[in-house]
Amino acid sequence: MSRPEPPTTVPVLELSGITKRFAGVTALDGVDFRLFPGEAHALVGENGAGKSTLIKVLTGVHTLDAGSIAIDGEPVRITGPQQAQQAGVSTVYQELNLCPNLSVAENIHIGREPRRLGLVRFGAMRRRARELVARLGLDIDVSAPLSVYSPAIRQLVAIVRAVDLSAKVLILDEPTSSLDREEVGQLFAVMRRLKDEGVAIAFVTHFIDQIYEICERATILRNGRLVGEYATAGLPHVDLVTRMVGKELKVFDAIEERPKPDLAAVERGDPLLRAESVGRRGGVEPFDLSVHKGEVVGLAGLLGSGRTEIVRLLFGADRASEGHTRIAGRRVALRSPRAAIARGFAFCPEDRKTDGLVADLSVGENIILAVQAARGWARPLPAARRAALVDEYVKALRIQPDDPDVPVGDLSGGNQQKVLLARWLITRPALLILDEPTRGIDIGAKAEIQRLVVALAGEGMAVLFVSAELEEVLRLSHKVAVVRDRRLVAELANDEDLTVDRLMETIASGGGR
Amino acid sequence: MRLVRHRLFWPVVVLAALLAVNVAFTPGFLSIRVQDGHLYGSLIDIVRFGAPLILVALGMTLVIATGGIDLSVGAVVAIAGALACEHIAGLPDQGDVGGVLAAVGIALGVAVVLGLWNGLLVARFGVQPIVATLVLMVAGRGVAQLITEGQIITVNSSAYKVVGGGYWLALPFPVLVAAAVFLLAALLTRRTALGLLLESVGGNPAASRLVGIRARGLVATVYVAAALCAAIAGLMISSNVSAADGNNAGLWIELDAILAVVIGGTALTGGRFHLTGTVLGALIIQTLSTTIYTVGVPPETTLVFKAVVVLAVCLIQSPRLRAKLLRRRPPASSPVPAEKAEAAA
Repeated sequence: MSRPEPPTTVPVLELSGITKRFAGVTALDGVDFRLFPGEAHALVGENGAGKSTLIKVLTGVHTLDAGSIAIDGEPVRITGPQQAQQAGVSTVYQELNLCPNLSVAENIHIGREPRRLGLVRFGAMRRRARELVARLGLDIDVSAPLSVYSPAIRQLVAIVRAVDLSAKVLILDEPTSSLDREEVGQLFAVMRRLKDEGVAIAFVTHFIDQIYEICERATILRNGRLVGEYATAGLPHVDLVTRMVGKELKVFDAIEERPKPDLAAVERGDPLLRAESVGRRGGVEPFDLSVHKGEVVGLAGLLGSGRTEIVRLLFGADRASEGHTRIAGRRVALRSPRAAIARGFAFCPEDRKTDGLVADLSVGENIILAVQAARGWARPLPAARRAALVDEYVKALRIQPDDPDVPVGDLSGGNQQKVLLARWLITRPALLILDEPTRGIDIGAKAEIQRLVVALAGEGMAVLFVSAELEEVLRLSHKVAVVRDRRLVAELANDEDLTVDRLMETIASGGGR
Repeated sequence: MRLVRHRLFWPVVVLAALLAVNVAFTPGFLSIRVQDGHLYGSLIDIVRFGAPLILVALGMTLVIATGGIDLSVGAVVAIAGALACEHIAGLPDQGDVGGVLAAVGIALGVAVVLGLWNGLLVARFGVQPIVATLVLMVAGRGVAQLITEGQIITVNSSAYKVVGGGYWLALPFPVLVAAAVFLLAALLTRRTALGLLLESVGGNPAASRLVGIRARGLVATVYVAAALCAAIAGLMISSNVSAADGNNAGLWIELDAILAVVIGGTALTGGRFHLTGTVLGALIIQTLSTTIYTVGVPPETTLVFKAVVVLAVCLIQSPRLRAKLLRRRPPASSPVPAEKAEAAA
């Protein structure tokens, strides 16, 4: 446990020996964590390592079982979110708790609006919001409803609010998971400003590069235990990952050393799916796209560029207003997800919580849902067959915990994604559409899912793979379709010439083929 | 600990407590006698008079499971009773079994239409369930009054009397009907995939659409089921008093039914539903009404008394309050929503 030489100042926040148990499971076991003024400090670990629990302890959502918290060297007891804010600790959660229907200014001031004689002073509120927003280098209309802005701007508004509440310690829980590169840059600019002002930032992320870009130090957790606190400058990438996972990472190498795929070999004969000028007015401009048996087609583009809209059209989740689709050469209408499923399509949506899982239901029930929906209510899967199927996929995908009766809402992000995959894999689909399957999940699960995609394509499944991570797209795809401004602008064979830089360039310029 | 964590534990405790109060006031409360081959006793009465509520609450459970609610069941109770009595009153011989069966058939048939109306508004046109069923809740009373022409129709039919007051195999007929409907609902939802699909639609409609569940048909069906249950309840109620009262039959029964569902552990937000819990909930409400009489609560305060007990029941079921009262954290593995362990990850 190497500690970097302690900075001369007193930590603004010091947690020691934090222990938290749930239902007999120890989520945190004697964890220490220090934050100094003006630093960005990465809190890293796999899903379930205890990052979220630590944050919830810090913000008073959970009560401590053991350990102590000190702010500016003074021991404090944090009993609830409000008290945490008074003590100077503000949090921006992964799922933003803002109101999209209210204006930016109202969101910033919610619960503490400037008042006179009990009436809200909207003018003063807007003026103040404008100042706060400008201070962080943002240029937005504070009287517009929050819903008109991108997730990135919403995130920044949440940060503006958090910093305005109390400016000592700012906790950012996966703020970048739904941002594209440019937006991440915007966020980091704001974070740098805050650092210069002396704010201590705890930064939770799954993106290794971002840790090195913005953080001076990192605290690594694993299975609820502290692995160590490190200066990022002295910690090579590989060591960081190894310490997170706790074992040598061979999984990635296995995939990375794969030779570039042979496009001509898979693109023989009729494509399984061919979209011919399929489009949706106000959604996506008409596009052509084909996917062959055994082929992985990557869909690259910035967030909000229309990637999700394209796959939703192909799956029948949204109705196309023009064009038509052919399956194995024959024209078919995909008017609903049900029709697409009947043709052997499967779709893991981008937003697992709202579009994917039924949180109330158990892991097993979620897994069999697609198969059961296809069979109809009157033909339930026989209990023995159902148990065998669920068991097989829980084991094959290494879903943790491996108890199929646990409510799926209790699982970590990576395991939830695996449940979704299992749901579709048991339908034995001909075409698997994956929309950001590796977002917000830990590196181990990510590697497993990537390997699975390669293996499935090897067995002849067609895969349409949407991801904002270009490295990932390049690693897996036979060809890459680039989406920009709701238009499919290029289709590139993934050959020796195609690099991340060239892909970036295409996305940026929208260049033809 | 396992026992305490069981979701039916607290409803059972409440029911037992209510029964204990009754025993304390009326020592012979639990005794059941056989007379003329029929079972008699306070317990039997509770189940018998609770049967209509059990039926309505069972239908309501299915509707609530899909994330909906049906406020119109009280009106359907009134309409069914009115239709049946109107038909029987017009028969040359009111005791004619064929005529009574026809009356029952008419009432159930119209209930299906009313259920379809609700289901269509909700599933096809996307009207919010509370608004969609409010239409029939208000209009349905009017329809019932139209059928009875604003009068209370009385009938004198021994055959119709069986529906609410008859006996079969030593048990009151309504109890048998309620039990049969419960068994049918349980079999249909748990032995087929109906329950899973309903819970999925109620738990996450968007996700359900994306896995290819045909939600519209399912949702429409549960409203029909709710209306059918309400119609049977309406027949029982009107048969019991040999009269149809468009104004008061089944008045506020929708609220009792919703309460029974909630006491039984089904959340109003939809998703997981518990039929057994609902039956217990309905029995608790019926026992409470009985208790009010045995304890001798003055009539003008019965509603207040009932409200206090219901409040107590709901508070007992709140894990957070129990934790506060016991001055410790909730039982080890009953997960309080706010404290869900990340440990599962």
